[in-house]
Amino acid sequence: MTFRQRHLLGIEPLHPSEIATLLDLADSYADQNRRGVQHKDVLAGLTQINMFFENSTRTQASFELAGKRLGADVMNMGMQASSIKKGETLIDTALTLNAMHPDLLVVRHPHSGAVDLLAQKVNCAVLNAGDGRHEHPTQALLDALTIRRAKGRLHRLSIAICGDIAHSRVARSNIMLLGKMENRIRLIGPPTLMPTGIGAFGVEVFEDMAEGLKDVDVVMMLRLQKERMDGGFIPSEREYFHRYGLDAAKLRHAKPDAIVMHPGPMNRGVEIDGNIADDINRSVIQEQVEMGVAVRMAAMELLARNLRAKPQEVMA
Amino acid sequence: MTDTIFINARLIDPVALTDQTGAIRVTDGKISEVTENGARPKDANVVDCAGMCLAPGIVDIGVKVSEPGERHKESFRSAGRAAAAGGITTIVTRPDTLPAIDTPETLEFVERRAQQDAPVHVLPMAALTKGRDGREMTEIGFLQDAGAIAFTDCDRVVTNTKVFSRALTYARSLDALVIAHVQEPILSDGAAATSGKFASLRGLPAVSAMAERMALDRDISLLEMTGARYHADQITTARALPALERAKRNGLHITAGIGIHHLTLNELDVSDYRTFFKLKPPLRSEEDRNAVVQAVADGLIDIISSMHTPQDEESKRLPFEEAASGAVALETLLPAALRLYHAEQIDLPRLFRALSLNPSKLLRRPGGRLQKGAPADLVLFDPDAPFQLDRSRLLSKSKNTPFDGARMQGKVLGTWVDGTRIWGDG
Repeated sequence: MTFRQRHLLGIEPLHPSEIATLLDLADSYADQNRRGVQHKDVLAGLTQINMFFENSTRTQASFELAGKRLGADVMNMGMQASSIKKGETLIDTALTLNAMHPDLLVVRHPHSGAVDLLAQKVNCAVLNAGDGRHEHPTQALLDALTIRRAKGRLHRLSIAICGDIAHSRVARSNIMLLGKMENRIRLIGPPTLMPTGIGAFGVEVFEDMAEGLKDVDVVMMLRLQKERMDGGFIPSEREYFHRYGLDAAKLRHAKPDAIVMHPGPMNRGVEIDGNIADDINRSVIQEQVEMGVAVRMAAMELLARNLRAKPQEVMA
Repeated sequence: MTDTIFINARLIDPVALTDQTGAIRVTDGKISEVTENGARPKDANVVDCAGMCLAPGIVDIGVKVSEPGERHKESFRSAGRAAAAGGITTIVTRPDTLPAIDTPETLEFVERRAQQDAPVHVLPMAALTKGRDGREMTEIGFLQDAGAIAFTDCDRVVTNTKVFSRALTYARSLDALVIAHVQEPILSDGAAATSGKFASLRGLPAVSAMAERMALDRDISLLEMTGARYHADQITTARALPALERAKRNGLHITAGIGIHHLTLNELDVSDYRTFFKLKPPLRSEEDRNAVVQAVADGLIDIISSMHTPQDEESKRLPFEEAASGAVALETLLPAALRLYHAEQIDLPRLFRALSLNPSKLLRRPGGRLQKGAPADLVLFDPDAPFQLDRSRLLSKSKNTPFDGARMQGKVLGTWVDGTRIWGDG
């Protein structure tokens, strides 16, 4: 059992064994959450601050619930309304927070790298809840746990990630995680939404859904941001749905038992057909939300353990 | 005034492209004799160079001194001292101050401040368009009369091609030099990195390296139309080089420069969002870097500059996308450039061709040469002396150097302007 990180800033620095450790713990939390087992002692006496510089309902609620289930004192700071608007820099915000001595800091920020920057300036453990287009590690971990529970393993699977790869931190973290666990990754999307140089990440790139979805075990859809829909990156919503939206006809190219995933919130009729999203035989979208809480509980527990351990036992 | 004679010097001659031992006599601020190493004359002050390199002082085009407007970032005094410490004897200042240098009156302010405080030659540039807004050309004639050495909107591209073509045409009638930034402005809008694997990994908004070639192609077409004298401030990508080479071969009045950081660093140095490595244009791939180093060695890229851009801590301690661009480099220009020498990619005479001779020629100044009659603007340096850079010890008011903590080689032992020593003991 190993988990030697001080922060959870991304999937990139994690060793596969650390990912496995985290998923094992999260798996047991998922079962216990279903049975209603309490764990109020795990983070008892610790303070968790959720700092969201970008709108989020689901992720913030999930982190809040995870912290509360483990007995932490949880505080939410809506940073959009706060001092950032008054011209305070991120560093000043970090120093202010630091003076309050939190133990766990959950941060979402619209700019890539901002959470790393903050982590350099505070003494507590920092969890990245999404930074710009860079990483969203807990999303990738909850996706991994969902896949592992549905498929019974997390290696040698063929997994398609479809849609707006270029602007997606979810895609980046998933590519990293699923790659580390030795899966075959296929990216599908229009070339305007595909990052440059992505071929170097050890993935296969497709512009055609039918071709890309052929015989995959997992279909992971990404949300298409509204502001990218009109003419800028794709001609229109309806053309996008026609070419890249997941419907029954396209899903037929995947394996018969392929599961369908979406990080939410969904745009029904844009990237995914409503009937597919609601198909309990294929869609694991609700389970993803459930696993989200379990994964965040596990992540916070492991970081809190390292926080309590002597400094020399933890690698920076 | 007594003559000064430099003996036992390793003379770096960028005209003859030689690197050999010799002596130089200076009379009344000018080089009066270049000889083989001789005896110590009785009638002159003697500087024994002890085998160290003596080269024409660096002429640095594109230095930002933050006066007027942001004197807390850099003043003429601090920039002048930093330049002297870096072996730079002429700084050619940028007009992207607050306000921009776009009238003879503001230019006069710069000249007065420079005269008072800077120990090195200061040649001010003026804006090409009013307020650097790209809409109306400045009073190029008046500004030229007032001493503007060149005209540039710095890192802003004149997007309106009609405005730019008229400004070039007008500048040609006055034989004025126009310096332009080559980045297709719309494509590069909002970009913080060069697109590619690294930018995708870090999730940074990025621009294709091709944006440089697009802008250069447009400007080359305008040069064919107008015949103006034109210098591209920074050519940093391999894809732009063939276009530059062709334009030169076709006889257009075009030259190109490059900032020292693009010759010595690549995009991977940004690493974990280190904002001191955020530059404009962004750092490029290693392939691009190697191509431009070769282009400097071949003389296709004419000039190496510091692109000295002071930024305070507040504007750099931000998430990468929001952080200000630019780096200070007056004191690190020479040691960084010597990395190319130590890597055996460029020899010293060719390095000083790009640092001293070519900028002097472009600006039609007599310096940059170790020849009889040239001003005695000289730098004496030990190319091998190792040191580790500590940014807190820089003389610039701003300390935003990407070389903080870097191991470098090259120490300036002395700097002379018009025969007067402005840096070093003695």
